[in-house]
Amino acid sequence: MLKQIEGSNAVAQAVALCRPEVISAYPITPQTHIVEDLSALVRQGKLGNCQFLNVESEFAAMSSVIGASAAGARAYTATASQGILFMAEAVYNAAGMNLPIVMTVGNRAIGAPINIWNDHSDSMAMANSGWLQLHAETNQEAVDLHIIAFKLAETISMPVMVCMDGFILTHAYERVDIPTQQQVDSFLPPFAPMQMLDPDDPVTMGAMVGPEAFMEVRYLMHQKHLQALDLLPRLVDEFETLFGRRSGEMVAPYRLEGAKTVVVAMGSVNGTIKDVVDDMRGEGAAIGAVKVGAFRPFPLSGLRYALSAAKRVVVIEKDLAPGLGGVFASNVRMALRGLPTPVYTVIAGLGGRTITKAALKETFARAMADEIEDPAFLGLKREIVEAELARMHEKPRSGPMAENILRQMGLVGYRL
Amino acid sequence: MTQRVKFYQTGTWTVGNRLLDAEKRTVQATTERRNALTSGHRACQGCGEALGARYAVDAALAAANGKVIAVNATGCLEVFSTPYPESSWQLPWLHSLFGNAPAVAAGVAAALKAKGRTGVRVIAQGGDGGTVDIGFGTLSGMFDRNDDVLYICYDNEAYMNTGVQRSSRTPAGARTATTPAVGPHPGNPPGQGKNPALIAVAHEIPYVATASVSDLHDLEDKVKKAMSISGARYIHIHVPCPLGWGARSCDTIKLARLAVQSGLFPLWEAQDGEITKVTPIRRPVPVSEYLKLQKRFRHVLKDEAMVAAIQDIAERNIRRFGLLGQGEE
Repeated sequence: MLKQIEGSNAVAQAVALCRPEVISAYPITPQTHIVEDLSALVRQGKLGNCQFLNVESEFAAMSSVIGASAAGARAYTATASQGILFMAEAVYNAAGMNLPIVMTVGNRAIGAPINIWNDHSDSMAMANSGWLQLHAETNQEAVDLHIIAFKLAETISMPVMVCMDGFILTHAYERVDIPTQQQVDSFLPPFAPMQMLDPDDPVTMGAMVGPEAFMEVRYLMHQKHLQALDLLPRLVDEFETLFGRRSGEMVAPYRLEGAKTVVVAMGSVNGTIKDVVDDMRGEGAAIGAVKVGAFRPFPLSGLRYALSAAKRVVVIEKDLAPGLGGVFASNVRMALRGLPTPVYTVIAGLGGRTITKAALKETFARAMADEIEDPAFLGLKREIVEAELARMHEKPRSGPMAENILRQMGLVGYRL
Repeated sequence: MTQRVKFYQTGTWTVGNRLLDAEKRTVQATTERRNALTSGHRACQGCGEALGARYAVDAALAAANGKVIAVNATGCLEVFSTPYPESSWQLPWLHSLFGNAPAVAAGVAAALKAKGRTGVRVIAQGGDGGTVDIGFGTLSGMFDRNDDVLYICYDNEAYMNTGVQRSSRTPAGARTATTPAVGPHPGNPPGQGKNPALIAVAHEIPYVATASVSDLHDLEDKVKKAMSISGARYIHIHVPCPLGWGARSCDTIKLARLAVQSGLFPLWEAQDGEITKVTPIRRPVPVSEYLKLQKRFRHVLKDEAMVAAIQDIAERNIRRFGLLGQGEE
């Protein structure tokens, strides 16, 4: 059913259609609307016997869904930013125990300086936790990915994060097709756990494993991700058959025919990128784009195939590894290893900095001329950086950087 | 090699099981006991925690007709019972992390409720470090929500699994690896620490009790009572640690008893935020009787002021809980 609806509300309805049995959550912007809606649905009795736990921290949120999943319930939570770091230990633990939990991440920057706006630093910090990480481009895809995520998670018994850009998607109102319960039921069977706490068949879960077997346990986690690389495309096809649209593609090419320069990105920025590609194509530029829909497992061979004809690749990414540069770009380079194709890293949109069409177009033009620094920082205010560097050079006790910069800019309540 | 079998715990002034009516006998005394924590685990000789866990979990199983799921915090109990691929647990058992057992157990309880598996009960357990320090936030959250979980803390008064470091349950004066008795420093500084059982009472949860491995009947009764109640319940069991306390393995029960009889570890019960019962001390002993059997207090015994300060702690407990018969029993 078509609805003009906020992204978070739409995701809440999608999760509800998946018949969760235990939902646990701690408030953190920008995921709050999702769990608020779900708590209302639980209280209205629309989710059957589903239990909603108001926990005291994100650490407890993840811990309680670990317990719920181990006891055989379909379990869901949502978080973002500082929250995912606060639950980090339990995030790793859920993956290590092969518990098929689904979690929404309303992608948001990590402080300090504290910042509530969008980038990908939070889920990237958990990239190697063992969780599968799917990224939504639109709210429609966010809805569809949750339905796919439960099936993916439960089929291979691994947890899945559905990442959606904070505010840009979570708080955006757009047209979304909410599936029917019948459609979802025909796609997603009831949860049949691989392992379960049951007095009639007692098992020990979470035993200590020493050097004699830890490698094997970890290897099997990698193997499950490889399994997901095969399974996810099949689920995307199956989903398309039942729902009539394609969502969740790990590698989605856009206007690659004859493209010498190919832009690669994850998440909502792909919409803007496609617009810029259209504009530049109209002007005769040989440019195309590839959306990456899964950061874990990373579609190495799919991406290599999609980029095989490219003369250069430009990666737009919303996070930064200080001291290295790009995280996503490093993964893209891994896909292209052995090939001479240059991969340019463009760090963009950190802490919610707007990524404009004009800035992207200017950046792509420089990349097409191979005149771009690597990593490039889209829209970085060089004069501010230079001034702060000078201040620190002049005065040993120059004070906190973030506060100095804000004072220098004279900006309070600055418009994004 | 033959072993001398003792039918009675000598010196306890308690009645032997065979003199009691069958229904009043302990779970451990019956042939139907489940040995939830079965033999072959790797606890140290004389481990109070292994003993306490077996008593408590078997009693919980007996009370719930064998339908119990256990969640365990990281710690000695977890490590000595489940070195892969071995497990001593004869019940469904889940270990997640050091500081999250109460939250994991809350999740298990929620799942059972969602699934309509109403006959299955949940217990969670951990040591004092996992419960009172790193896991205290999740414990308080579990109390706050009144989750249907019985949490059992086995208190051996320090981080034994990592090599005897101070916890917030380490008593005044005790030497640990991080509170060494050096120069003027008296081991663990007096005036620190917290009392989680009283904090549990402050949450006004349905049931709170303290127990000791020196009083098996009392311990089992409290577990049984806790299992007859729904909601968040907390039992804090004092479990001597020969290794960490520098005591003889054969003195575990004796030490536990001296802690109770001296007033250092009062035994009581509370329901819905009110203390409802205290176990009176039958034969009071000075704290020095307890301290002198433990190397962690060796330096303290040379310091009269410190012994007096510890005696004051015991006297305060005796006054506060009415342990010499003025209790509310």
